[in-house]
Amino acid sequence: MHGFANPTRFLKLARWLTPLLFGSGLLIAVVALAWGFFVVPPDRLMGDTVRILFIHVPAAWLGMGGWAAIAIASLMQLVWRHPLASIAARGVAVPGAAFTAICLLTGSIWARPTWGTWWVWDGRLTSFLVLLFLYFAYIALAGASERDGASSRIPAIFGLVGAINVPIINRSVVWWNSLHQPPSITIGKSAIDPVFLWPLLAAMLGFSLLFGGIVLARMRALLANIQAEARLRRKALEA
Amino acid sequence: MREALDQWTFVLAAYAIGVVGTLAVAGWSWLAMRRAEARRDRIKRR
Repeated sequence: MHGFANPTRFLKLARWLTPLLFGSGLLIAVVALAWGFFVVPPDRLMGDTVRILFIHVPAAWLGMGGWAAIAIASLMQLVWRHPLASIAARGVAVPGAAFTAICLLTGSIWARPTWGTWWVWDGRLTSFLVLLFLYFAYIALAGASERDGASSRIPAIFGLVGAINVPIINRSVVWWNSLHQPPSITIGKSAIDPVFLWPLLAAMLGFSLLFGGIVLARMRALLANIQAEARLRRKALEA
Repeated sequence: MREALDQWTFVLAAYAIGVVGTLAVAGWSWLAMRRAEARRDRIKRR
C-alpha cells in the first residue's frame, strides 16, 4: 500500500488498470443485469419487482463501501501524510454519492409496490439519506479546500467522523423496527435462494470493478490538474 | 379497493435510473480524465 503512495508509481499502474476495470466491470455488470432482468424467475412474495435487487443492492454496497474507502484514505492522509491519500478520497466522493443516490431512488421505487409507500422515516432509510448528505458536504468541503488553498486535513477529519454513520446504516435494521428486511447476506451465510444469489454476486462484482475504474479515472484527472497547475506556476516564475 | 400496480413499470424505472446514472458518472469521469491529461501534456510540450 505504501509503495503505491508514490504518484509516479501509481500513474504507471493506473494507466493500464483503468481501462481494464472499466471494460471488465461494464461487461460483467451488463451480463448480471441481463441475467436478473430476463432469466431470473419472479419471487414468490415480491413477484417481478425482485429484479430491482440487482441494481439496488450493488448501489447500496458501493455507497457504504465508498464512505469506508474515504475514511481509510483520510486516516492514511492524517497519519502517514501520503500524497495520494487525499486524492483517493476525493476520487471516491462523486461516484460514492452517485451510487448512494441510485440506491435511495431504486429503493423508493421498490418500496411502492412492496410496502405500499415510497418512503418511511425509519432507521435504515434515514441513515442512508444522511449518508448522501455527508457525501454532498464532503464534496463541498474538498472543493473549497482545493479552491481556497485551505488545509486538506479538514475534509479528512470530516471523512473520518462521517464513518460513524456506516455501522449505523448496517445495524439499523437490527436495532430499530423497520419495514426494510434484516441483512440477507452475512459472512459465510446467505438467506437468499441461489437462483437470485448468483446474479446478485455477479452484479456486485461488475459494479465494484466499474466503481474502481471510475475512482482511478477521477484520481488521474485530479493528478493531471495538479501537475498542469504546478507546471504553469513554474513557467510563470521562470518568465 | 386496492389499486392494481404493474410491477414491470417499477422494474423498468429502477433499471433506467441505475443504468443511466452509472453510465453518466462513468462517462463523465472518463472524459474528465482524458481532458485533464491532454491539457497537462499540452502544457508540458509548450
